Amino acid sequence: MSNEQPSSLSTLLPHREGQGGGSAFSIKHPANEGGMNERIKRLRQENFDTPTTLSIERALIETEFYKQNYGTMPIAVLRARNFYEICKKKTIYIGKDELIVGERGPVPKAVPTFPELTCHSVEDLHTLDTRELQSYHISQEDIDTYEREVIPYWAGKTQRERIFNHVSKEWEEAYHAGVFTEFMEQRAAGHTAMDGKMYHIGLLDLKERIQKKIDSLDFIYDPEATDKQQELEAMAISCDAAILFAERHAELADKMAAQESDPQRKKELEKIADVCRWVPAHAPRDLWEAIQMYWFVHLGTVTELNGWDSMNPGHLDQHLFPFYQKGVEEGTLTRDQAKELISCLWIKFNNQPAPPKVGVTALESGTYNDFTNINIGGVDRNGNSAANEVSYIILEIQEELHELQPGLSIHIAENTPDDFLLEGIKVIRQGHGYPSVFNPDTYVKEMTRAGKSLEDAREGGCSGCIEVGAFGKEAYLLTGYLNTPKILEITLHNGIDPETGKKLGLETGDPRSFKTFEELYDAWHKQMVYFVNLKLSVNNYIERMFSLYAPATFLSLFIDDCIEKGKDYYSGGARYNTTYIQCTGLGTITDCFTTLKKHVFEDQRYTMDEILEACRNNWEHEEVMRAYIRNHTPFFGNDDEYADSIAVRVYDDLVDAIEGRPNTRGGQTHLNMLSTTCHNYFGSVCGATPNGRFAHFAISDGTSPAHGSDSHGPTAVVKSLGKLDQTKSGGTLLNVRFVPNLLKREEDMRKLGHLIRTYFRHGGHHIQFNIVDTATLLDAQKHPDQYRDLLVRVAGYSDYFNDMTEQLQNEIIARTENEEV
Amino acid sequence: MIVFDIKRYAINDGPGIRTTIFFKGCPLRCVWCHNPESWRPQPEWLFKAKKCIGCNTCGIYPNQLEVIRTMNEESSFYDCPTLALELCGKEWSAEELLEEVEKERDIMRDSGGGVTLSGGEPLRQVGPQFLHLLRELGKRGIHRAVDTTLYASADTVSAVAAEADLFLVDLKVMDPEKHRRYTGVSNERILDNLRLLARLGTPYQIRIPLIVGVNADEENIEKTAQFILSLGTSSSGSSVQQPTVALLPYHEMGRDKHARRGTTYNPEGIELSTPSDAAIERCIQQFANHGIKASIGG
Repeated sequence: MSNEQPSSLSTLLPHREGQGGGSAFSIKHPANEGGMNERIKRLRQENFDTPTTLSIERALIETEFYKQNYGTMPIAVLRARNFYEICKKKTIYIGKDELIVGERGPVPKAVPTFPELTCHSVEDLHTLDTRELQSYHISQEDIDTYEREVIPYWAGKTQRERIFNHVSKEWEEAYHAGVFTEFMEQRAAGHTAMDGKMYHIGLLDLKERIQKKIDSLDFIYDPEATDKQQELEAMAISCDAAILFAERHAELADKMAAQESDPQRKKELEKIADVCRWVPAHAPRDLWEAIQMYWFVHLGTVTELNGWDSMNPGHLDQHLFPFYQKGVEEGTLTRDQAKELISCLWIKFNNQPAPPKVGVTALESGTYNDFTNINIGGVDRNGNSAANEVSYIILEIQEELHELQPGLSIHIAENTPDDFLLEGIKVIRQGHGYPSVFNPDTYVKEMTRAGKSLEDAREGGCSGCIEVGAFGKEAYLLTGYLNTPKILEITLHNGIDPETGKKLGLETGDPRSFKTFEELYDAWHKQMVYFVNLKLSVNNYIERMFSLYAPATFLSLFIDDCIEKGKDYYSGGARYNTTYIQCTGLGTITDCFTTLKKHVFEDQRYTMDEILEACRNNWEHEEVMRAYIRNHTPFFGNDDEYADSIAVRVYDDLVDAIEGRPNTRGGQTHLNMLSTTCHNYFGSVCGATPNGRFAHFAISDGTSPAHGSDSHGPTAVVKSLGKLDQTKSGGTLLNVRFVPNLLKREEDMRKLGHLIRTYFRHGGHHIQFNIVDTATLLDAQKHPDQYRDLLVRVAGYSDYFNDMTEQLQNEIIARTENEEV
Repeated sequence: MIVFDIKRYAINDGPGIRTTIFFKGCPLRCVWCHNPESWRPQPEWLFKAKKCIGCNTCGIYPNQLEVIRTMNEESSFYDCPTLALELCGKEWSAEELLEEVEKERDIMRDSGGGVTLSGGEPLRQVGPQFLHLLRELGKRGIHRAVDTTLYASADTVSAVAAEADLFLVDLKVMDPEKHRRYTGVSNERILDNLRLLARLGTPYQIRIPLIVGVNADEENIEKTAQFILSLGTSSSGSSVQQPTVALLPYHEMGRDKHARRGTTYNPEGIELSTPSDAAIERCIQQFANHGIKASIGG
């Protein structure tokens, strides 16, 4: 997803309707030249007009169920029956224009809570109702009900409390200081993407398979047989729950059809009823059923638990194409009808804001996104290019609807046609922040290196952000971010965090006594390993808590080999079981290291003490030193070996520290280099750093260069990044800023395609482009230091945006404004 | 060779993604020039006033502009923390330039790009090093474009034409008197050299900095088109393709650069303005009427 997470609702809403006349994006197929049809326009408008609300319905059903049943049945069965109860009792909604049906809450954009994981306090609910960032409205009456019915029951019984009651003081202090975050302290692990099996098999078939498995259990020689039986029975109950949920939609559709006066709509409602009676019980037979099938599976997964993040259909173009092709060949489906149905799914995604967090994180995180990242293009199981007509339809939809969700990524392997890449770039050019671009040639290697079979790896991809997994076969849990510059800050204070004043790390020595850069690096390395270990010790505990208290018996139906093993997704049932730690701030820490190495240890222009003092004072009265460092230090992202070799060293050491530790599910830990929006939070807890960064400013995101550090153009950036052996990660992230001027002509867009291809040949995993808008350029005028990467390209002309006078900059800005679409 | 800038990801200086090398020194003094820091052949210090924080690390604050024009450099200039004072131009060997070019080799290959030798006037620096650079690039299969005024001797042009894959030739204005007035030199030599290029069969592209008040008028476009046509017909081999024309709409970016070196942009206040979209379209059409393909941009 974008690193520039929109932070307020107003920025989430599009400012234009339909297609602007000046759009550089041309719709390939003139039949649907108007873009969205009337139905989709209405649904989309309705989506934007609907406020985001909190629904207490799920919590009430669940609390009542737990009160009556907790302790009377095995946990797996309890969870499945709890899910059944919700499916049986929750409000069913069918909107007036909808073709694809089903909502997580009682109405669109109503978000349920999950008190079994984390229970919002009355104060949290008030905060969510009124905060400026993405607010979730809730009535006083509902807050009162919650306070009366829900909150008292869960006191002391939530996952969050189980975790915080267990952790050591050291962990808790490091956590609160922002050395690392913990994903699963208030949400379930997500990052779950589906393979194609649900399009070939219905829940009734799965039930049969489960029953056979139960019948074959060996209660004499298999000591786990009882556990397996409980899990399998729970899975069967989960099948019933989802079928019931669909049946209730069929009933409502029938009822609405009976009352419907418009014959056209009446027919649609009857069709909806038919579809919901068929899927998910049976395998889908046409495109409509295939999409509805996925949507019921999606809803089941996000109703059972609040996976953070990304319940995801995976390679949707590959999954839907056979249905599309069949429909077109049989004459039962047109391209426009297919586009309408898929558009309906897109609206559905955007109807599901993420469940909000509690406590401080409710204030710190404005996240609205559930990070569903649709993968299109790429390769199939046999390594062939998989881009097909549905891929192009999806690109069109993404551009026309330009909603916040779902996210979209194009997957560009060596054998992906240039034409597909170009169409993707045309959407990128629109400047909405997507699609991001992934490289299957690299991520397949990442996965095979981590022990997955070649075919399973090819069926995998990127789920929420940039992390990879074998879709439909892997439980890969992202556990939290590691703040690598913060660890340096602690190292530079001999184990003490200057922000909190607490001793968080090891005593690795007073850096002012270090004689060489190696001494400094070793000290950081020791601290880093210490914090990684601290984090891992709790990761394993949390994994067990999910296994014991929050098995995902519905999700397990769709992840191989949970049924076969008779084990839950959270208990090692998946074929592959990965635990990720995401490391953040590679650019910032590299620049800090090069600064200290060059100016303190080599040139001795400044002493360590002088730089530390300047950081303590947030560079106040040290503007000259700061300017010198900013302009006379080799920084990461410029294809400069001095800096890049340090980045490679840091990266390799992070890999070594994290990789290969056993988790509780029979798998291993791995690293990835994701940051989402966490680089902002991590920056906010980190004082000024030696690279001239001011206190509390964002650190660099993913593996991108720090803001303002790269000044040699995008090719230099990709060359620097290409020096990291990215196959050792579970994903890296590179954001590149582009002024729209650089993508003016089709020729320029093709050149961007070449840039992408070149990066990918150098082993790049992911790249995405922020097409800067006028606001960004205005900001660049004010903070030139942060925008040294802004390129201006004019024939035969040599200059940087930053070096131009304000007047000239204004001209560029005015031109950008003209070109904005 | 004195080079004052190397630009990677250059997308307007020839086909594909290129590295553009800017050679210092130019015999022309175009009033609209956007790289006036390239005029003098020697390295020179530039001063970007808005970057100066007044720290006086240079030792000449606040008189930087005056001093850099009159005095030899001091080592303290190099320490300017903000790079408000920056040396423009430094000596590069062919090998050093090749090393720089190599960094982009992959993307040049992937994109059908290459290297563009620009300036300044790159032909001013033609000598053993320059030709070695061209030959070595050729040996490595790297496409070579030369962005030039063609204001050079016929021998120089021939020598470079033997090694270059493409010339990007500025054809500023057809009337010799106007040419002298706006650029300081007559265009006779330039036109002769263009004819020479055409005879030699070296591919070239015509680039016109399109400026209302100078060359965007119908008459000049007409003459330009006629001239281009005459090149086509005068060529001996049938392999010479009709050259394309790139129109580079005027912009005032040179104003900034003059300020950095303490000189004045367009001191006589000659009227220069950016053509409207309609005017550009008219020029494109006028070329098209002669069967010449013109488009905006490099």
